Amino acid sequence: MTAKTLFEKVWDAHVVAAESIDTPAILYIDLHLVHEVTSPQAFSELRERGLKLRRPDRMLATLDHSTPTLPPGTDGERPYANAEAKAQVSQLETNCREFGVELHGWNSSDRGIVHVFGPELGATQPGMTIVCGDSHTSTHGAFGALAFGIGTTEVGHVMATQCLLQRKAKTLAIHVDGDLPAGVGAKDLILHIIGEIGVDGGTGYVIEYRGKAIEQLSMEERMTVCNMSIEAGARAGLIAPDETTFAWLKGRPRAPQGEAWDEAVSRWKSLRTDDGAEYDREVRIDAGKIRPTVTYGTHPGMAIAMDKPVPAARNPQEKRALDYMKAEAGKPMQGTPVDVVFVGSCTNSRLSDLREAAHVLRGRRVADGVRMLVVPGSEAVRRDAESEGLHHVFKAAGAEWREPGCSMCIAMNGDFAQPGQLVVSTSNRNFEGRQGKGARTVLASPATAAASAVAGRIAARRETRELGPA
Amino acid sequence: MLSFGGSLLRPITRLHSRTAVLPDENIDTDRIIPARFLTTTERAGLGKLCFNDWRYQADGSDTPAFPLNQPQARGCHILVAGRNFGCGSSREHAPWALLDYGIQAVLCSEIADIFRNNALKNGLLAIVLDEAEHRWLIEHPGIELSIDVKEQVIALPDGGHIRFQLEPFARHCLLNGVDQLGYLQQHMPLIDAFIHEREGQEAAIHGRTPQQEPRTAGVTL
Ligand code: SF4
Repeated sequence: MTAKTLFEKVWDAHVVAAESIDTPAILYIDLHLVHEVTSPQAFSELRERGLKLRRPDRMLATLDHSTPTLPPGTDGERPYANAEAKAQVSQLETNCREFGVELHGWNSSDRGIVHVFGPELGATQPGMTIVCGDSHTSTHGAFGALAFGIGTTEVGHVMATQCLLQRKAKTLAIHVDGDLPAGVGAKDLILHIIGEIGVDGGTGYVIEYRGKAIEQLSMEERMTVCNMSIEAGARAGLIAPDETTFAWLKGRPRAPQGEAWDEAVSRWKSLRTDDGAEYDREVRIDAGKIRPTVTYGTHPGMAIAMDKPVPAARNPQEKRALDYMKAEAGKPMQGTPVDVVFVGSCTNSRLSDLREAAHVLRGRRVADGVRMLVVPGSEAVRRDAESEGLHHVFKAAGAEWREPGCSMCIAMNGDFAQPGQLVVSTSNRNFEGRQGKGARTVLASPATAAASAVAGRIAARRETRELGPA
Repeated sequence: MLSFGGSLLRPITRLHSRTAVLPDENIDTDRIIPARFLTTTERAGLGKLCFNDWRYQADGSDTPAFPLNQPQARGCHILVAGRNFGCGSSREHAPWALLDYGIQAVLCSEIADIFRNNALKNGLLAIVLDEAEHRWLIEHPGIELSIDVKEQVIALPDGGHIRFQLEPFARHCLLNGVDQLGYLQQHMPLIDAFIHEREGQEAAIHGRTPQQEPRTAGVTL
């Protein structure tokens, strides 16, 4: 047998019809995740064509993007950003009812950001093919699943046939050797990687992250890394499943139980790249050299250690980015005054992220004039965080503790920053206007975000020690 | 080779237009259509929101400096954009907005994967060119181009040509107005057999029974 990469193993197991020069492969999809923003037109298309869902039992829906993160008012009404947002949510409720899709909506204790709630339920499993009309579907690759974002037309394809037409991607191995220094986390790592390979460095590829520093990451940290694969243009990001993966999945509601669990684990153990298998491209990253990293421009590839000087613009686009950000070449981002801090999004809204932020905030205050929003990724994260009392830490520090959702990551639910404001954000995109028209985004880890909230300027976690008692 | 009862798209064989140029690299889908407009449940009418925050000033008037607001860019159907166009979010609202705005082709030295996929499925020609040719087009806005999808060649006003390659299946679908869902549906028996076999394996692990009944009622294959 020829040696295969992890990607090839998962791909091969799902090919219904092989690709040829003239036609793409027909690829079977195990799990289809759905949310309110990218599905309505697909449901409408099905309705127009008189089609049903091929596998409603392999679909899971949630509400996250357009949903308010403030509780209902005294009249019981949820504070939607506008009537359209409300209509979009109720459209998904109607569609799921009509087509028989399991929706984790307002009344579900499992509702959450689509890439947070799927893994939590154990619906995301090694070796699966997973798609969603959302580019950060790459998150699920942390479990050794082949997971990628699709457009709404393809959402319709999967609904009707449970399959997609796909060309096989090339493979890119990113070896992360050595150990991450203390105080440097998964977010710093992935920002550093994108800074190295570029915002289009992964275009056409599926990335497999490997090496000692990757193996040492927790599941949550692996999700943070895989989540941002798309920010390097990659189709998907994968990490081979191991004991960390199995321990995390065991006992989750949708994970196999009992004997089936043991069988699944023995099957999952084969999901590793064989010795001698070849990647189309390989990149090596030295984990030991990574420092707390932030972005300074208007795409995630413009990332740099926060204490290093911002590089000079090499072309008009970079100049435009620096101007937009009001970032000064030659000066580090560290120390830049901050207006808003956002801890949340499918990149960093899990319990461990909130703990990291709370650890910095405990006994301290958010600086005067800084607004801080903490938005858990799911109802489950909210429950766990509250049972640990993290919400008290956030509130005592002067931060807003919100209900789960995408919130200021995409700023379409009413949570957004004002023109010109600088947001230190744990989300994944620093595009112009992503967090509100004219808002400036600096991507960072939860620890950096919290430290910056306390300092009122971009700051490293260790600086908070100098800022007063904890 | 492919024929079925599903709805057909309008075939696209040629496109003739002057070019408009947006030289910026990494124009992401948030710039093509900002997220706050994604609350729509329709795909029509997004053209007025295309490039919204770039195109309009705070008072709603046109931004004078925005290249597509220049008189010579009006009515152009071919957009030449800087490298890595369409990166970011998978929102299909981006090609919907561009098409509704009047852009029918995007020429670029590199186009983000998901955007390219979405564009071609909607009949928006997403064409990747060599860097040198791309640079030349960026430097020469407003020239008349004629794109021939069948021959995969772009005719220049001086009689010169630029060759390009589309993914063969996407090209076939564009030329023949083939709807890809219809193509997939043609393979339903194969897909059903695959599901049945896979369910058999999975049932052994999960203790569940296969779902026998394909749920594709109402389709004429
Ligand atoms: S949190 Fe942000 S990136 Fe993640 S699914 Fe929501 S909008 Fe997309």
